[in-house]
Amino acid sequence: MTRATVARTPVTTPIAFSAEQLAEVRRLQSLYPNPRGALLPVLHMAQDTFGYVSLEVEEYVAGLFSLSPAHVHEVVTFYTMYFQQPKGRHVVSVCHNLSCHLAGAGTLVDHLKQRLGIDVGETTEDGRITLLTVECLCACEAAPMMQVDDRYELNLTPEKIDRILEGLQ
Amino acid sequence: MSEKILSRNFERPDAYTLAAYRATGGYQAWDKAQGMEPAAITEEVKKSNLRGLGGAGFPTGMKWSFIPKDHAGPVYLVVNADEGEPGTFKDRYILERDPHALIEGMLIAARAVRCALGFVYIRGEYVTPWRVFSGAVREAYDAGLLGQGFDVVVHRGAGAYICGEETGLISSLEGKKGWPKVKPPFPAIKGAFGMPTIVNNVETLACVPHIVNRGAAWFAGLGTKTQGGTRMYSVSGRVNRPGVYEAPVSVTLRQLIYDHAGGVSATGRLKAVVPGGSSAPILTADEIDVTMDVDGLRNAGSMIGSAGVVVFDESVSVPDALAVVARFYAHESCGQCTPCRESTGWIEKQVKRIAEGKGRKDDLDTILDVASRGAGTTICAFYDGAVGPYISYIKKFRAEFEALIPK
Repeated sequence: MTRATVARTPVTTPIAFSAEQLAEVRRLQSLYPNPRGALLPVLHMAQDTFGYVSLEVEEYVAGLFSLSPAHVHEVVTFYTMYFQQPKGRHVVSVCHNLSCHLAGAGTLVDHLKQRLGIDVGETTEDGRITLLTVECLCACEAAPMMQVDDRYELNLTPEKIDRILEGLQ
Repeated sequence: MSEKILSRNFERPDAYTLAAYRATGGYQAWDKAQGMEPAAITEEVKKSNLRGLGGAGFPTGMKWSFIPKDHAGPVYLVVNADEGEPGTFKDRYILERDPHALIEGMLIAARAVRCALGFVYIRGEYVTPWRVFSGAVREAYDAGLLGQGFDVVVHRGAGAYICGEETGLISSLEGKKGWPKVKPPFPAIKGAFGMPTIVNNVETLACVPHIVNRGAAWFAGLGTKTQGGTRMYSVSGRVNRPGVYEAPVSVTLRQLIYDHAGGVSATGRLKAVVPGGSSAPILTADEIDVTMDVDGLRNAGSMIGSAGVVVFDESVSVPDALAVVARFYAHESCGQCTPCRESTGWIEKQVKRIAEGKGRKDDLDTILDVASRGAGTTICAFYDGAVGPYISYIKKFRAEFEALIPK
């Protein structure tokens, strides 16, 4: 599995949700026949709030669900979207599956590595960008493509990538 | 070109709104279905020959009829919007461009199986589809379409191909890692949270309002003897106009490539086609006169799967493509069953070294041997899906692999 491995942005926020967030946790839990169904959504919330899902965050979330930290750890490590290490302020995930590969994704990954001065799985010195490769994001009609944080960036060229990078602060 | 049914609203910029959906006849099928007995709805879907459009191609009405009649507790409807099969992108179009079609399909399906709570499991990376679909759900609540005996929970996944497998999806929905479960019991007997559950694909449910509106005979008549309707084909790779194309399931692969997607790009000469997502055995340029329905491709030794068509022109290296596909299966194997966990990893290494010109003389036979022994021995169909490309790429393009192996 590809993961960001270089710690750059120490998180100083105390590990606790606000009162509003706790209300949202309870609302999410109430939607499922078993409150545990809300675990993935709450882990997304936790990552958005605390930057990444550290062991401390896992313990905190486990407490909200009366689950063992081991169960939460098992879940966090199973999925690709939970970061167990600090990540950059932006995450750039290049699809390198079949259609994107046929459209030259490999060249684009090399271009990004060179422009950012990092390898896949690493974060820039200034904590700005984490670079990943990912499996099919299901936008093959616009290959090659990548995901930048929440957005899909489609029909990429090296020039288009440079423009996108300029917009990431 | 034939009539657009599922994709008829895709060009409207406001198609995701309730007003636009209603303006094109939306929710009329739901009005009609409310006057029908639940069993009559299931019967209509059975007669329409609608088959699951996510991958397995199981008859939808038959699946619905498996919910035990004497079950007194809750029944759940789970929508598989965990689109992830490489080469497939059609469900994203429905979620973003026609979300109410799915909501209406869910309402009708829920009535048919007497369900009061539905979940829509959207892959975690689909942030925009998730936001748009969630907005449509809120609109449907405000309009009193939802919340009157049927509720919908929109659930986000977190990155794992295996959660597209229906029991892996259920595990994930239950707040666990997405490990598939041993079947039987099938989800219709014991599914999400231990209750009878119907798991249907997005596009499958989007067909349902049209079946109710225009009748099972009309829908069945659009397709082949064993599968009704049109479906949305995702076409990508080396074609001039990649995109989503709706066509009757009797369309041929040749028509899709040349009439819909504008023909082969790059060298312009066709070499091979993956017809149904990366798990579907590959077809050579001579094998594209097949109908793109479940049975048409089964008879051709492949599968329609999710109908993701990936086209290779002459300049594509098949060993290099298999290295990409093998890496994918090694990465996404959930690790639960030994044959899958071990074989996908070893085969990835072997294919990679062949593609890099460092293969060994007996690598190809070892891969074929390992692949054929593992199929059918695991809890879910993931490994069978990996075996499809391993065996077909090597058997159909063996000379190309051998040419890369040092003598």
